[in-house]
This record gives sequence, C-alpha cells and structure tokens, in this order.
Amino acid sequence: MRDKTLKLVLTFYTTTAAMAMERLCADVHLPGRLIPVPREITAGCGMAWCAAPQDRQNLLNAAKSAGIQISGVYELML
Amino acid sequence: MIYLDNAATTMQKPDAVIDAAVLAMRSLANPGRGTNESALSAARAVYDARVRTAAFFGCTSAERVVFTCNSTEALNIAIQGIFKKDDHVITTDLEHNSVLRPLYLMEEQRGVSLSFVRSDANGNISYEDFDALMQPNTRAIVCTHASNVTGNVLDICKIGDIAKRHGVLFIVDASQSAGCLPIDMEACGIDVLCFTGHKSMMAPQGTGGLCIGEGVDIQPLKVGGTGVFSYSKNQPEQYPTRLEAGTLNSHGIAALACAIDYIERIGITAIHEKEMALMRTFYDGIANIEGVTVYGDFSTAIRTPIVTLNVRDLDSGAVSDELSVTYGIATRPGAHCAPRMHEALGTVSQGAVRFSFGWFNTQDEVVEAIKAIKEIALKS
Repeated sequence: MRDKTLKLVLTFYTTTAAMAMERLCADVHLPGRLIPVPREITAGCGMAWCAAPQDRQNLLNAAKSAGIQISGVYELML
Repeated sequence: MIYLDNAATTMQKPDAVIDAAVLAMRSLANPGRGTNESALSAARAVYDARVRTAAFFGCTSAERVVFTCNSTEALNIAIQGIFKKDDHVITTDLEHNSVLRPLYLMEEQRGVSLSFVRSDANGNISYEDFDALMQPNTRAIVCTHASNVTGNVLDICKIGDIAKRHGVLFIVDASQSAGCLPIDMEACGIDVLCFTGHKSMMAPQGTGGLCIGEGVDIQPLKVGGTGVFSYSKNQPEQYPTRLEAGTLNSHGIAALACAIDYIERIGITAIHEKEMALMRTFYDGIANIEGVTVYGDFSTAIRTPIVTLNVRDLDSGAVSDELSVTYGIATRPGAHCAPRMHEALGTVSQGAVRFSFGWFNTQDEVVEAIKAIKEIALKS
C-alpha cells in the first residue's frame, strides 16, 4: 500500500455529479482524481473526488458556480 | 434491398456510430461501479452523452437527462411516475401505443381520466381543442411531436404555450422527430421530453431517454442497484440516479453521443431537407396514380419523411409483402401501433403501407419505389 497523506475528499449524491466534478476540475486545472468513497465516510459504494487540502476553497467555489451538489467535505489520511 | 422503413428504425447507421459502439464494447466496463480505469472510462462516456443530449434538446442540465432503453420505457417512467389518482390528462388521436397503453393503465389502476384531441381524416388536429378539454384537475398534456403514421407534425411550441397558460405539465413523445427536427425544451415549454436513439438519431437500438425540466417530480418506475448509497433501503432521490436502476447500456450510450455529434456536424436542417426532398419526390411520383390513396397533410413544409398509402382495397400487408419479395423494398404495413390514428383515417381493416425515408436513402431508390407502386397499382 502507498504511504498515507492528508487528503481532501468530496462526496456526491450521484455518479453523474462525480463525473461533472472530474470534468470541471480538468477544465479549471484543479488537480485530483476520482476514488472509491472511503469507508471512514460511508460503508456504501460510490465515487469521491480526492484532492489536496489546500485546494479546498477553490474546489468548493468551482463546484458551487458550476451547480454541482456536494454531499460532504472531509479531510482524511489516505 | 431498398430500406424505406426508417420510421421503425434506421437500419443504416453512420460508420462512426458503429465504430463508437464497437470501441465501447472493447473498452468500457460498468459505468458508476467502482473507479478502476475502465469503469471510469464508461462513466465518462455516459456523462459525455448526458452533456451532449442535454445540449441537443435544450435541457437545462446533464443531471436531468435519464437514459432508458427506448422511448416506450421513457414514456412509462414519465406517465407512471407523475400521474396520481383522479388526475386528468389530455392527449391526442395521433398517439402511438407507447403513449396510449401507459395512459390506459393509469386510467385502469389509478382512476386517471383521459380526454382526446381528435384528428380529422387528414391527420390534423385543432389546437383550440386543448383549451376546450382543460378541467380543474388536468395535470398534463401528453402528445407526440409527429405522427408515426402520417408524418404530420404537431406545433409543440404552440401546445407548450397552452400547457403553460393552464399551469399543466407538457410531456412530449419525440420518437419520430428526435434527430429529424430541431427540439428546444426550454423554448417550447416542454417539461418532459421522451426520445429514442435508434430512429432518426441513427444510434443503436436499446438507447433512448427522457429529459426532465426543472421542478418536475417523477417517481421511479424501477428501483435497484445505483452504485451509490448501497445501504439505504430506498432509491436515491437525485436525478438521474433516481430513475436509473441497474447497469446502463454504456456501449449504446457512447454510440448515441457519437450519433449526436454526427447529426450536429452535418446539421439537422441539412438532414431534414434531404429527407424532405426524398419524401417529396416519392409523394409527387405516386400521389396521382389511379387507385393510390395517400394519408396525411402534405401542404405543410414541416413534416417527418413519411408517405403512407394504400393501393385500391388491397390488404396493406399483401402490398408490403409484394414490395419486399418482388421489388426488394422494405416498408411497414398494418396499424403501426397507432390504433386511434387509423380509426381517424378510416384504415382500421386495411391498414396502410408506410414508406419512411432516411439520411442514407437516395433519389434512385425513391425512383425504384415509385416504379414498384405504379406496377402494383396497374396490375391490381
């Protein structure tokens, strides 16, 4: 397993919103990637956006202006 | 074979669409199920298709595009997911059974009452009838954009205005028009647009969907796996997941996105003009043949490329079979799953032979079809 570091994790209500977030971040050059939702957040399945904690506000602002609904914002060692 | 049954399905597809389907089958895993690279590729393909579909139909957002396997499924989701006990619905004589049967089911199961805007013998309606049929409990107008029997087109923007004026929902069956005529949900006040991919959109069978306007609440027709909120007993509330249980047809959906791209590159107006030219050549060639009766209104510029006819009192099935066996021409006889339309046209017992033209047909093929009808009429 890779070494764990602090990550920002954004969760969504739908896969469609997660895909919209991936496309948005590519468009506005905010780094990150889609990961399975960590079990610390929920034991269910689904996708989450994993990014650097310092990009938190930029990501939230970008999501808000694009109308992407975020169901949760977390900082986790991943 | 000369394929003139494009209103049933466009059998000839663009090479790019076929290639997209094959590539998808070779490379896409389950969309929205995990984040391995091939699953993500599938999810990206589906999301891209949502974005393109929303833009193509003037839907407000990709999240409000729900994929189904065809128009019938989309219409069932809309009709069974919206109407409640004692609602009243206005529809028309032009409808296909994909609209009629879900409505009849709601009539039987939930006590929904139905009113029909009548068609004349030419397949036309009076728009004032929508106003006249309104009741205090009217919930929606549900109607087709274009008749699959006559090719007559309804003015959906005019009907949308009527629906908005009365505060009722407007649900459109775009099975015959999507990909053939421009549709703008917002401009025409459409609350739910149901479409199929395999007809004029030139995408594979098994694709279609519904585009849902803002503020429209639709209960799920089916529930099940969604890839999210697995430990909840209930289907998620958010669109599109709310109405999409089970694995999507990502292979077909990827090809649908390619088909939209293909149509946009050519231009929907250019496609319509070519198809209208084929239809006009055929109509002009057969309309005055003795013993040939043509159905529908050919005085309007906006139609879908359909010419439906009968030869004397011949069984339409026998004429279609003769066209197929002797001339190698594919058409569709019978009732076309549109019983009320045939009642209005007076063709219940005979049915009718439908010629429907598509992007890949040629004028030479139309000439052959005219020649065939002339010979059949002469010999009968």
